[in-house]
Amino acid sequence: MLLLTVLRRLLYSAILVVAVLVLNFLLIHLAPGDPADVIAGEMGGATQEILDSIRKTYGLDQPLYVQLWVYLKNAATGDLGQSYFYNVPVLDLIISRTGATLLLVFTALGFAIVTGTFLGVLASYKPTGLISNLVTVLSVVGYAAPIFWTGIMLIILFASVLPIFPISNMYDVTKDVGPIGHVMDVLHHLVLPAFTLGIVYLAQYSRLTRASMLEILGSDYIRTARAKGVSERQIYARHALRNAILPIITIAGLQFGSIVSGAVLVETVFNWPGLGTLAFDSILARDYPTILGILFFSAVIVIMANLITDLLYRFADPRIGAQK
Amino acid sequence: MAVLRVQDLVVDFATRQGNARVLDHISLEIDEGEILGIVGESGCGKSMTALSIMGLVPSPPGNITAGSIKLDEREIAGASSEQMRTIRGNEIGMIFQEPMSSLNPVFTVGEQIAESVRLHEGADSRAAFARAVEMLQAVGIPEPEKRARAYPHELSGGMRQRVMIAIALACNPRVLIADEPTTALDTTVQAQIFDLLEELQKNRGTAIVLITHDMGAVAQLADKIAVMYAGRIVETGAVDDVLSNPRHPYTRGLIACVPHLQVKPTKQRHPLLEIPGVVPSLTELGEGCAFSPRCDRMHSKCLQHQPVLETVPDTGDNSHRVACWVTEARADDV
Repeated sequence: MLLLTVLRRLLYSAILVVAVLVLNFLLIHLAPGDPADVIAGEMGGATQEILDSIRKTYGLDQPLYVQLWVYLKNAATGDLGQSYFYNVPVLDLIISRTGATLLLVFTALGFAIVTGTFLGVLASYKPTGLISNLVTVLSVVGYAAPIFWTGIMLIILFASVLPIFPISNMYDVTKDVGPIGHVMDVLHHLVLPAFTLGIVYLAQYSRLTRASMLEILGSDYIRTARAKGVSERQIYARHALRNAILPIITIAGLQFGSIVSGAVLVETVFNWPGLGTLAFDSILARDYPTILGILFFSAVIVIMANLITDLLYRFADPRIGAQK
Repeated sequence: MAVLRVQDLVVDFATRQGNARVLDHISLEIDEGEILGIVGESGCGKSMTALSIMGLVPSPPGNITAGSIKLDEREIAGASSEQMRTIRGNEIGMIFQEPMSSLNPVFTVGEQIAESVRLHEGADSRAAFARAVEMLQAVGIPEPEKRARAYPHELSGGMRQRVMIAIALACNPRVLIADEPTTALDTTVQAQIFDLLEELQKNRGTAIVLITHDMGAVAQLADKIAVMYAGRIVETGAVDDVLSNPRHPYTRGLIACVPHLQVKPTKQRHPLLEIPGVVPSLTELGEGCAFSPRCDRMHSKCLQHQPVLETVPDTGDNSHRVACWVTEARADDV
C-alpha cells in the first residue's frame, strides 16, 4: 500500500518536474539579452559572423520549440548542457555545489525545528510567563527581520565587535589542518549562515509549537492522561508534544522551498559556495544553461522534500495512513 | 466501611464576576462494591465533585477552600501533586463523557492501557501489554490481541468507551468515577456500557461514583443517590427511598421529566414535562434556597434562609435526607 502510494507520488513528481523545466525554459527566453553576446564575450568585439557562427554551434538559430525539445531530450539523459560562463557541464557544476547548500539548509532547518519546538514547549508551560513573552518577542523580530539584513548585522557584529566566528566562505584555504580539522573548520564557518537562515523559521516554529501545545493541553485526552496519574513532564514531552509536532512537520515540509530560496540570499551574503552563490553569479553572467539547471535542480529538491514530508507524516500520525 | 468519604467539601472559583462557590459543603460516602449515583442538571457541580476527588480542579481559578476527602482513612484533599499522581489511575480511576476525544490519537489503545500499568505497578512493557490485552478482554472487546494494536480512530464510540473503562480499571482501583459515561453514545450502546459497569463492579468489588443525568440508569444501577443543585446536595439517600418517595421539589421535577414510552396510540399523549427556568449563576446566589426561583411551592422562608440537609423523619434507616423548607414544614404538620 505504501509502495503504491510512493510510486504514484513519484509519477506525479516526474510530471511536475517536466512542467517546471518547460516553464523555466520559456521564462528564461522571455528575458532580454542574447546569450551569443555572452559567449562571444561582452567586450563588444564580436563581429556579426562570429555571432552567427556561435548561434549555429549552440543551436540558438533554431526555433524555440526545437530548442526546448532538444533541451528536454538532453535533460532526460542527464545532460543539462554546457555552462557558457564556466565552460564545464552544468550537471558537474551543480553537483559540486549541492553539498554545501544541503549542509546549510539542513543545519538551519534542524536548528530551527529543534530549538523552535523546545522554546515553544517551554513557552506553553506558562503561557503568560517571562519565557513565553520572550518567545513571542523573538518570533516577531525573527519573522520581521529580512534574512539579508540579519546576515549583514551578524557580519558587522562578528567582524568587528566579537570576532569569534568567521563571516565568509566555507573553510579557510590558508590552513592545512587534516580531515578532522577540516570538518571542524567547516562547522565553524557554518554557524553564522545557518543561524541567519534558521532564525526566521525558528521564530515561526516556536510560535506554532506554543499555539498547538496550548490547544492540545486543553484537550480531553490530556485530561485522561492526568487521570491516569501521568506526570506533568511526561504529559508535555510524550502526550502533548507527539501531537503538537504534527503541524510542525507539515509547515516545515511546505516551507522547504522557501528555505532553499532563503539559502540563495544567505549564501550570497556569507559567500557560502553553494547553489545560491552559483545562481547569483550565473544570473549576473547570463549563464542560461546554469540558471536553468539550478532551477531544475532546486525544483527536484523541493518536490523530494515534500514527498519525504508526506511519508514522514504518515509515520507520525496514524490517522493518515488509514485513509487508503 | 466507607472507601471514599467526602465531608463538607467547599470549592470556590475566582471569576471576573466575583467568587463562585461551585461546591458548597458537599458530603458523600461510598462503600466497597456500592454504586453512588450523582444526578442533576449541567453546571450543578457533579463533574466538579469528581475532579475534586481526583485532585484535578483547575487551579487557578479553582480552589478547595474547605472540607475533607478521605480514601479509606487517608486524607487526600490538599495532597501534593506527587501523592495524587500515585492515587490517580491506581486507587481511583476515572472515565469521561467524550470517548471520541478522550483517547490520545497517536498511541495505540493497548499502549494507553499499558502506560497506566507501567506507571503504577512498575511492570515492564511486555507484562504491561499483556495486562492491556487482558483488560480489553474484560471489557468485552472482541479479538483483544488485535485491538490492542489499533489506534483510537479505528474503533467506534462504544468501543472507545470500553477502552476508557479498561484504562481506568487496569490497576484495579478501589473507586471508579464515571462522569456521564454514556452521554455521547447511542441508546443501545448506553445499555451495554451500563451492563458492563455493573458486571465489573460485581466481579471486582469496585465502588463506582456514577455521574449522570439519566435517572433511569440511576434507578437501575445505583444503590445510593445524591441529587445536586447549584453546588449543593439537595436530596440524598438509598435509591429506592428517594425515587419512590422524593421529598425535594427538584428531585420530583427530575423524575417527572423522564419521558415514558407510550405504546397505545389511542391514549391521550402527555406533554413532556420540564422544570421551568434555568440553573442560576453561581456568582449571583442570594441568601435563600437556590432552587426557589423555579420552585412551585416556594414561600417566604425559602427566600431568606438556605435550607440545610436534614433527615427525613419517616424513613427506616435515617439515610434519606433532604434540604427543603417545604418538606420540613409539611413534616412538622404531620
